[in-house]
Amino acid sequence: MSDPTDTNGTTGAGAAEPAQAPGDSAGGRHVRVVLVDDHRMFRTGVQAEIGQTEQTGVEVVGEAADVDQAVTVITATRPEVVLLDVHLPGGGGVEVLRRCSPLMSDAERPVRFLALSVSDAAEDVIGVIRGGARGYVTKTITGTDLVNSIFRVQEGDAVFSPRLAGFVLDAFASTDAPPVDEDLDRLTQREREVLRLIARGYAYKEIAKQLFISVKTVESHVSAVLRKLQLSNRHELTRWATARRLV
Amino acid sequence: MPEAAAAPLVEPRPPRKLYRSSDGRWLGGVARGLAGHLGLPVVWVRLVFAGLFMADGLGALLYAAFWFFVPLGIGGVGDQKPPSLVTTETAPDGRRRLVARKPDKGQIVALLLMVVVATVFVGNVNLGSGAKAYLLPAVLVGAGVALVWRQADNARRARWVEVGRRRRTITLLRTGAGVLLVTAGVSGTFVLQGSTAHLGSVLQAALAVIVGITLLAGPYLVRMTQDLSEERLMRIRAQERAEVAAHVHDSVLHTLTLIQRNAENAGEVRRLARAQERDLRTWLYKPEGTGKEEADEPTTVADAVRRNAAEVEDKHGVPIEVVVVGDCPLDDGVGAQMQAAREAMVNAAKYGGEGGAVQVYAEVEGRTVFVSVRDRGPGFDLDSIPADRMGVRESIIGRMERHGGTARLRAVPDGGTEVELEMERAEKTS
Repeated sequence: MSDPTDTNGTTGAGAAEPAQAPGDSAGGRHVRVVLVDDHRMFRTGVQAEIGQTEQTGVEVVGEAADVDQAVTVITATRPEVVLLDVHLPGGGGVEVLRRCSPLMSDAERPVRFLALSVSDAAEDVIGVIRGGARGYVTKTITGTDLVNSIFRVQEGDAVFSPRLAGFVLDAFASTDAPPVDEDLDRLTQREREVLRLIARGYAYKEIAKQLFISVKTVESHVSAVLRKLQLSNRHELTRWATARRLV
Repeated sequence: MPEAAAAPLVEPRPPRKLYRSSDGRWLGGVARGLAGHLGLPVVWVRLVFAGLFMADGLGALLYAAFWFFVPLGIGGVGDQKPPSLVTTETAPDGRRRLVARKPDKGQIVALLLMVVVATVFVGNVNLGSGAKAYLLPAVLVGAGVALVWRQADNARRARWVEVGRRRRTITLLRTGAGVLLVTAGVSGTFVLQGSTAHLGSVLQAALAVIVGITLLAGPYLVRMTQDLSEERLMRIRAQERAEVAAHVHDSVLHTLTLIQRNAENAGEVRRLARAQERDLRTWLYKPEGTGKEEADEPTTVADAVRRNAAEVEDKHGVPIEVVVVGDCPLDDGVGAQMQAAREAMVNAAKYGGEGGAVQVYAEVEGRTVFVSVRDRGPGFDLDSIPADRMGVRESIIGRMERHGGTARLRAVPDGGTEVELEMERAEKTS
């Protein structure tokens, strides 16, 4: 069964896990970002790590520490991406998303949200995703990965960390008695495969190679999953949430 | 003698405070509480009260005063127990005895006794004929008040022992009976005074006064109860916070100290920080009721995978990221799979750890349990490391195949190795 092909050529260079060639995005353009987090230390850290605009292409145009402040700053600065903490005084990240929903659906300059959290609780994470966040990364993420994620979100793609993929699989897994008319809410076989590979720690490029599809296709699968997650709030998710005594 | 002794005793003395007994009491638990406090048999105290009752009803008055002013406590005197034990009986273990309390047989005896004593009292004491007529209403009022007070005690006790939910009808009945008795007694007084004709208008006036008082005092009362319940809630929260603080204090501060001491040893600092993070997460996010402290042996796949990963992480200082989807109990085959997975994690940490975090993914789908362990190291070449070949062959591939599962080792296109383990669950477990 084992097929240990010669891997001497490939070294441990994959550590940085470049999701998408960073040169493309960081090179010519730059992204305006607002940081929302109630820990000043963390904001400072992120700022220091990604804030060198000429290197990373990321410009931090505003910071906020609670929900009211966040809404004000986001409305005033109209960033392209908001790094949003899940736990915030004043209602949490979900509340920010709710009050900023008109900005998200703006056709010309949509504001996109990337959830950034230390939280391990699935309900927190799924909550912000369903609230409209385009992805979720943990705070242990490296600076390079974070910059990549920011660009990916800015381009309209979804960013799934392995952990988020696990949560989503878990949420969609318990489908013992599928309702007939809810086919739309179900994950396709392919989407499930893609999610599994993300959960196993594969980068999009690796998933593409593994499944013999293009990176673009992987991205569209992931975006489809995100859409379903944001739309399908009826059966599975409700049941899932009920089982965990969330509702 | 009791009144002489009682006076200094009502004052709260720190080591021994007087409580009424909620346990084995006949009426208000006064006699029992007092007996426990004085170190006397209950019977004596009861006899003294009964005797004093003969002295123009002084005993009844005294009893009522005690009932009113002395708070209800857990414990009291048990006939077979030495009285010195009784005061320490207020410890939480007293609760168990309370729940197992027998039905109030003594109450019936007490009632009968009271009737007898009252009869004797009426027969012996020579009151004026006018006063004698008021006796029945007075007894009625007394009985009603006793019933309602007793009820209040019960409500308080129910809060300690968390019973009484199914007894709500009895509660209502008792309160209702008490009110009825008091009303009858008061009305009787009016009747005896010969103002029967005015009874209607008097009742109306009384009702008007009650409504007026309710209107005036109602809002205050409502606000007071609200404040009280809010305060109780705050207290519960504060307690919870204290518990969290205690935990955080102990483990986190300890770790931080260790980190400060080992500041120049990067590996040790990382290990400490990760161990602490894991510990804190388990503590914070573990669902309620599963028990915050770790069990001896993992019983489910998710548990086993996380435990193994944590141990390997601690031992080899390589971060291991775990994602688990679904869960199921362990059986023989899956247990072997967990061992193989652990072996794979150790290998990944040893030989692939420098490339970054090791990623572990476990999924339970239907009958299949799948585990993948992936590192981003230089890649694993079976042929080039002969010594390890046997290890991998035996501890991973061989172990899986012996139990009817499959194991695959493969090189990941962009570097690193992935071990995939698949096992069918045993039939009977569901």
